[in-house]
Amino acid sequence: MSAVYVWIETFNGKALNSSWEALGAGKTIAAAAGVPLTAIVFGENAAAIAAESGAHGADKAIVSEDATFNGFRLEPYAALLSKLVSDNKPKAVLAIGTARGRELLSASAADTDSSLITEATSLEVQADGAIKVTRPVYAGKIISEAVGSSAGTQFLTLRGRAFKPNPENAAAKAEVTTVPPVLAEADIATKIESFEEEVGTVNLTDAAIIVSGGRAMANNPKDAPAGAADATVWKAQDGFDNTLKPLADVLGAAVGASRAAVDAGYIPYAHQVGQTGKVVSPDLYIACGISGAIQHQAGMRTSKVIVAINKDAEAPIFKLARYGLVGDLYQIVPALTAELKKRLGK
Amino acid sequence: MHVVVFTRSTPDTAAKVEVGANGAVTWGDAATVVNPWDEYALEEAILQAKNAGGKATVIAIGPEFHNEALKHSLAMGLDEAARVWDSALEGSDSLGYATAAAAAVRKLADVDLVIFGKESVDVGTDQHIYQTARKLGWTTLSYVSKILAVDYAAKTIKVERLLEQGKQIVTSRLPAVISVMKDINEPRYPSFIGIRKASKAVIPEWSLADLGVAAPAPQSQVVQFQNLPVRNVQVEMIAGTPEEQAAKLVDRLLEEKVL
Repeated sequence: MSAVYVWIETFNGKALNSSWEALGAGKTIAAAAGVPLTAIVFGENAAAIAAESGAHGADKAIVSEDATFNGFRLEPYAALLSKLVSDNKPKAVLAIGTARGRELLSASAADTDSSLITEATSLEVQADGAIKVTRPVYAGKIISEAVGSSAGTQFLTLRGRAFKPNPENAAAKAEVTTVPPVLAEADIATKIESFEEEVGTVNLTDAAIIVSGGRAMANNPKDAPAGAADATVWKAQDGFDNTLKPLADVLGAAVGASRAAVDAGYIPYAHQVGQTGKVVSPDLYIACGISGAIQHQAGMRTSKVIVAINKDAEAPIFKLARYGLVGDLYQIVPALTAELKKRLGK
Repeated sequence: MHVVVFTRSTPDTAAKVEVGANGAVTWGDAATVVNPWDEYALEEAILQAKNAGGKATVIAIGPEFHNEALKHSLAMGLDEAARVWDSALEGSDSLGYATAAAAAVRKLADVDLVIFGKESVDVGTDQHIYQTARKLGWTTLSYVSKILAVDYAAKTIKVERLLEQGKQIVTSRLPAVISVMKDINEPRYPSFIGIRKASKAVIPEWSLADLGVAAPAPQSQVVQFQNLPVRNVQVEMIAGTPEEQAAKLVDRLLEEKVL
């Protein structure tokens, strides 16, 4: 049991900030097992990111820089991670449970027939060395307590924002080892043709604050232009762009939506919070014109502070909220945006 | 050309799911439905098979109540269904699932594409999808929001994937395992004739011996289920004009230190 590995996810040659949370969780396991905490960094800028990992608590780093790692493709990443795990038999392999993190750890756990538990929200190292975690199941309606086998490597993906990063220490250095890739370009079945980055938007799962809109976004008092294909859809879309987005911007928040709003075509699916959308856990969740169906609650009920703005004082969302404002979101939201601009000095 | 899609029965999305006195998960009298993410996978399998003049088969791994999802799938228009179950899979983890799923795909000839819904809502994970692909030795294309082109003769596929930072267009060789998102299509409702046909269908059950594999030893296990901690919040209703409501709310949020 040589080390605790933490995969540092990168995008365009930069580490994802949430990766430092994984180093924080990894430290707990490494300390309990008395083994070093090792950052695993593949791709563009890996050496520089390994140095940053040192400042975030990694004792060691294993890096591999090769053109096959640019962009993320599962095959070259999994092939090298699986080789490192087979060769060195680490106690655990951790990553933040992003799309790439879950895919990579699942693949390597399968390649090495190891235990894998995803979406951990807390963890504890038992006396026998097995790692016990809690994780949400049934769309967040109940919690499962699961444990891996301490005989082999235990793979874990972590829910974002559930673990604290280590205190940053700029003077701390990770001891770096460089390894070659396992696969050559010719061995890889996939080719990335293009990537269209969504710029200027805050990622829902990373967001500390989320402002969400529901079906009532359609109650926009503005008149749709004569040429609009569907006046209701136009009003709701205009509301998301010109009423909700300014509030999100002043708060540095991400924009979410209920399934009703997405299904009605008011906003793209990528914004959906709930059972068939994203599960989020921000510090502050502001639900605007969302009644609070159980499917929506499943996606946001672990938010620290929930604010509900709704015309209907009987809406179920008020049972979950810390603060409730009964009224028209098209009056309250602009007032709130103006007040925040004034108070936050923006 | 043969498309295989995996599904399972999960409690209705509106059901109240809780842990009963005996520690087991219960959802009372609520119905079980097709795992909500799988509806898109089932629809895509029907479309792909139809476009290529091929066949679409749906498989579930698990005990008998998963037949409900299979019957719904047949009613939607899947050509064939099978369920894999074996007492050796009792208490198995995702490695057990992946071993059985990969063996079931191998049992069917000429499969170029395996489709999953984005995740299983009951177990709250997508790990079995990627592990099935690895056990098959096939490529994984997850989070597919569009199939842009597919050529079963040349064995190539081009898809759009929806990732955290944006949209990726990627090409791959087939065979491949893909997982699909809600954006990909508009799932059909089962037709009346489809429902009648499905209700009479006899769904074959395959054991691990039928598939020629043994269950791997589970590497992880569920210790127990817990109900969510009670959300101990007392809602404070903030009244007044919109401006007064806004000012009072900002006061409270500053006190809560969440801004």
